[in-house]
Amino acid sequence: MSQQVTGAESLVKSLEHADVEVVFGIPGGAILPVYDPLMDSPSVRHILVRHEQGAGHAAEGYASASNRVGVCMATSGPGATNLVTPIADAHMDSVPMVAITGQVPSAFIGSDAFQEADIRGITMPITKHNYLVTRAEDIPRAIKEAFHLASTGRPGPVLVDITKDALQATTEFVWPSHIDLPGYKPTTKPHGRQIKEAARMIVDAHRPVFYVGGGVIRSQAHRELRQLAELTGIPVVTTLMARGAFPDSHKQHMGMPGMHGTVGAVGALQKADLLIVLGARFDDRVTGKLESFSPKSKVIHIDIDPAEIGKNRFADIPVVSDVREAISQLIPAVTAEFDAGNRADLTAWWITLNHWRETYPLGYDQPQDGTLSPQFVIERLGKIAGPEAIYAAGVGQHQMWAAQFIGYENPNTWLNSGGLGTMGYSIPAAMGAKVGAPDKTVWAIDGDGCFQMTNQELATCTINDIPIKVALINNASLGMVRQWQNLFYNERYSNTDLHSHSVPDFVKLADAYGCHGLRVTRAEDVDKAIEKSMEINDAPVLIDFQVHRDAMVWPMVAAGTGNDEIQFARDLAPQWERGDD
Amino acid sequence: MARHTLSILVQDQPGVLARISALFSRRGYNIESLAVGTTETEGVSRMTVVVNVDLHALEQVTKQLNKLINVLKIVELDDNTAIARELMLIKVKADDQSRSKVLELVELFRAKVVDVSGDAVTIEATGSRDKLEAFLNVLAPHGIKEIVQSGVVALARGGRSIADRSSKNSDRTI
Repeated sequence: MSQQVTGAESLVKSLEHADVEVVFGIPGGAILPVYDPLMDSPSVRHILVRHEQGAGHAAEGYASASNRVGVCMATSGPGATNLVTPIADAHMDSVPMVAITGQVPSAFIGSDAFQEADIRGITMPITKHNYLVTRAEDIPRAIKEAFHLASTGRPGPVLVDITKDALQATTEFVWPSHIDLPGYKPTTKPHGRQIKEAARMIVDAHRPVFYVGGGVIRSQAHRELRQLAELTGIPVVTTLMARGAFPDSHKQHMGMPGMHGTVGAVGALQKADLLIVLGARFDDRVTGKLESFSPKSKVIHIDIDPAEIGKNRFADIPVVSDVREAISQLIPAVTAEFDAGNRADLTAWWITLNHWRETYPLGYDQPQDGTLSPQFVIERLGKIAGPEAIYAAGVGQHQMWAAQFIGYENPNTWLNSGGLGTMGYSIPAAMGAKVGAPDKTVWAIDGDGCFQMTNQELATCTINDIPIKVALINNASLGMVRQWQNLFYNERYSNTDLHSHSVPDFVKLADAYGCHGLRVTRAEDVDKAIEKSMEINDAPVLIDFQVHRDAMVWPMVAAGTGNDEIQFARDLAPQWERGDD
Repeated sequence: MARHTLSILVQDQPGVLARISALFSRRGYNIESLAVGTTETEGVSRMTVVVNVDLHALEQVTKQLNKLINVLKIVELDDNTAIARELMLIKVKADDQSRSKVLELVELFRAKVVDVSGDAVTIEATGSRDKLEAFLNVLAPHGIKEIVQSGVVALARGGRSIADRSSKNSDRTI
């Protein structure tokens, strides 16, 4: 079964065969041949964004909300380089994404032609793999492989750069029946012996903790995780990338660990005698100073990427596996140990954990001057919009508060840029999420700094009927940087004042984009505005919450210090003595 | 820190050398020597890379290399169980008075003279790194004008080929 088509038609057919339902992109010279047949595709919807970075983050948001591969498209040169940030972002957070770029005709490559950039070379270190396709007949194979690579093993971004002459040439369309990648064979099933050893170590530990990372969400292992957690009664911490992998309301959940984690979660990791690490990678924002991280624990490290195991922390039991597969096998292995009467008593551990949890709960002070508390706004948003909504945050203080003060009950409901820390992620990611999960309420929780990096996508949302909601936590500052200047630079606020309580007028801006715009400056108006926004579905809504600028994110482990030095408020460190150190 | 020799089988595709060399530099490891060539199998190239790293870094770099889609297999070749050779061309000052002494050294080190002129000879030498260093030391007093050397190439001793050896994606540490 084959037919004569152009390379561009072959690409569109390939996308159809790969079950792509939506592409976020912008046309331009080199990719132009694709946009003609794309117009006629019965199944592939193209959403015209306003900046290629928006296309990339939208593809990420789509993927993170729906567990499908996100697709973005751009032309050569600046179109392609504008994708670099979201590609790097997807690489750090293991987001399945395929980026397709046009390239100058093959005869021009290397000649500094108009809109030429070596995007394959540029993206080599930030993609799982990438392709430069110069022949029309190679397009279907490259696309098929790209989707396979992006979505299997440790997911990640794959870039396919296609020259304009390849898009224009005539070829036969043949969708490859199989994939031949001899150098790519991810290990998805664990070694039985290691599972057995892990089970033994789990039942013997007196102070074990499940250290849960984003891999649990990517592999959709939340059900199995809950089963294993309830079977063992072991406490769970969920990292920034794993919020929602385990219900926040669950009594075994100790919260988020790390630089802005709860005292209970940080303490649990620090004083543990066993870390059961599930799809996490000992990121420096979790471990603090590595030498003093969880000093007395043994480590069972389960990850699909062998390179993560032993990278930052030695693993006593390394398990290379899909994390869902590994947990599924751990459940019967642990049950067998329990049946044989092997089970350490966790009572003392839970007394310590509960003591920390009760003594050092998350909290915040209301500003004394009557201005609005950003934490309060986010907390109310979480309560009113509820755990069925999807929340996409930008990067900074509002991101941390959104991770802390919203209760997540389900996976794929918390989207953020964890690894790369990309300001500007929120609006386009929320847009992509809404496309991927149209029946869900999607809230972008954004800062005034972040918002001004990518807010042009509100036009895309309005025009394409993608009614996202935006909670703008507007403290007129680059808030997290300001916090560091307050704490570590003698309150010298160099270049962090954005003046965004006056310029721009975000309500007018929302209006200009065809969105509903609301402004809230007082606590008593918060609920009303959120409730009103929940009822609006004909267009995007933006609420400009003008908040107090001196609010800080606590707890905090200052950069470069150890987790034991966590402060739950300024100059206030927890007493650890109920532990046995 | 110690010197390690990695033998890497890769799919012979455009950009593969860039992928590998860039990986070393972005992870902060310096390549001491690198040699690339075709193999007995069409479409497969073999790279021999020498790095000076500690064992933890070696494990990490090997795992990161294994993640490259075009990398088929990586084996560390141990100095004791592998043969490692490099090639060097050396231009040494040699006039009528010193030439015979230089030729004597060439003989001793089982090297070869490949070009002669009135004031210099060019020598081709192969061997292990240690041997070539020793050779350079004895030639130095005569005046070395120019050196060029290849990367190390290495092959395990015995009858087994790299294809028979333990494959990639093992979760055990190397």
